[in-house]
Amino acid sequence: MNPRFPPVPIVAVLAALAALGGLVLLPVAALFAEAAGQGLGRALAAFDDPDSLAAIRLTLLVAAISVPVNTLGGLAASWCIARFRFTGRGVLLTFIELPLSVSPVISGLVWVLLFGAQGWFAPAVDRLGVQVIFATPGLVLATLFVTFPFVVRQLVPLMQAQGSEEEEAALTLGASPWRMFWHVTLPNVRWALLQGVLLLNARAMGEFGAVTVVSGRIRGQTLTMPLQIEALYNDFQAPAAFAMAGLLALLALVTLAARAWLEWHTRRGTDKTMATA
Amino acid sequence: MNGRFVRPNPLPGFGPAFGVTLAWVALIVLIPLTALALRPWSLGITGVLASLESPRVLAALKLSFGASLAAAAINVPLGLLVAWVLVRGRFPGRQLADALVDLPFALPTAVAGIALTTLYAPNGWIGGLVAPFGIDLAYAMPGIMVALVFAGLPYVVRTVQPVLMDLPAEVEEVAATLGARPPQILVRVVLPAILPALLTGFGMAFARAVGEYGSVIFIAGNMPGLTEIAPLLIVIRLEQFDYAGAAVLALAMLMLSFTMLGAVNLLQQRLARRAR
Repeated sequence: MNPRFPPVPIVAVLAALAALGGLVLLPVAALFAEAAGQGLGRALAAFDDPDSLAAIRLTLLVAAISVPVNTLGGLAASWCIARFRFTGRGVLLTFIELPLSVSPVISGLVWVLLFGAQGWFAPAVDRLGVQVIFATPGLVLATLFVTFPFVVRQLVPLMQAQGSEEEEAALTLGASPWRMFWHVTLPNVRWALLQGVLLLNARAMGEFGAVTVVSGRIRGQTLTMPLQIEALYNDFQAPAAFAMAGLLALLALVTLAARAWLEWHTRRGTDKTMATA
Repeated sequence: MNGRFVRPNPLPGFGPAFGVTLAWVALIVLIPLTALALRPWSLGITGVLASLESPRVLAALKLSFGASLAAAAINVPLGLLVAWVLVRGRFPGRQLADALVDLPFALPTAVAGIALTTLYAPNGWIGGLVAPFGIDLAYAMPGIMVALVFAGLPYVVRTVQPVLMDLPAEVEEVAATLGARPPQILVRVVLPAILPALLTGFGMAFARAVGEYGSVIFIAGNMPGLTEIAPLLIVIRLEQFDYAGAAVLALAMLMLSFTMLGAVNLLQQRLARRAR
């Protein structure tokens, strides 16, 4: 912090803190108060329900598929975009970031249009006997769409800032491409990659709008945790809804804390690279 | 690789990495969005127009775009204040406050929805304060606005913050020595320099608000024609198996918001060029 900056008036600090506290912190506090107000026993009992357990298992399964797919795709795309100049590079980046400005509901809808009644791929999956919409594959596809750009957005700016000198040096010294990737590229971006994966995972587990559309809301079968929260809430089973919402809010808080810690690591990493460059 | 397509480079692996990237983008983003762009026309032009012309659809579009513009406009001064205090202020807990900014981004929207509803419902901490005066926050317009401002805040703060950090101290220092007071410095010196970033933040907050579903539907009340947002109407059409109708509304929403984002981008580029 530069000491020469004119000081910020205390009124402004208080106003900003009041805005953050009132708008952002207070709702989460109200949520936890509501969840805790039910008593720990009732909150834990909410997780004893077979439908709730099925929702947790389904959420973990959807995340376990979408996180690796979008991480590997994101790594390949970052390598192309940050390290090479090719025709259509800007267009490719635009397409990758497109899902960010598409409504979650529309992100689910596109899969219904492809695999639902009269969809392009509906006859093919029917012949194979696979159900996509109102089943787990649909939930995975919708989640893949909404979490699509997370890794690229973390990696590309960092890889461009770092440059490719270290990788070129490794190749000159006779390293094979894989060796270069495992020993130079990956270690240089690991903290930023981990940040992207954490955000990807949090969004995959917490996605609501996109999975609403493809789920069909079959209890115990196609409800992920956020959908189960909605079902419980609309059924006036508030204690169970708040217990599960509290669990997801906790996941968000842990993700943010881990991310703050990783950001500190990344910053240290870039400083080091810049110092040696 | 053909040297004209990709500039020569000693680094390996462009071919396989580019193949994987293309397959990944095509399968998950391009093919589905193409289906969305084509499906509405199965109704024919007249069918598309008829599907858009119902009063319920027009009301939902007006609500979604109007409320999102208003929410993004509120997010601009609010986000600027928060970003300015986080960058320049010195107070205990600054880092905690900084981490708090991302909470609306990290919190699952359904969780945010029931949290906001709990707070602003007539028996909630804030809703209870105004309920005796006959004011409804939840299940009415104010509830929708609160949810949209909540969802958009991180976008403005996070785009303005890095620009504010890179601003040289000298200019503000000179303004202060010449007798400018802090509000004057903010409006006359800082604001012109960060206007492009503010505009980008406005666009992002707006785009997020237009598409927002989870945090809004719990608090909105969802009365057709009054508090029913466009994304909810898409869900309702899908539940009635009116897939083409849902696609029409979705495509209209996307085209409207891309047009507005394009306009914001154009203005932003012009401002950025003038600032330089």
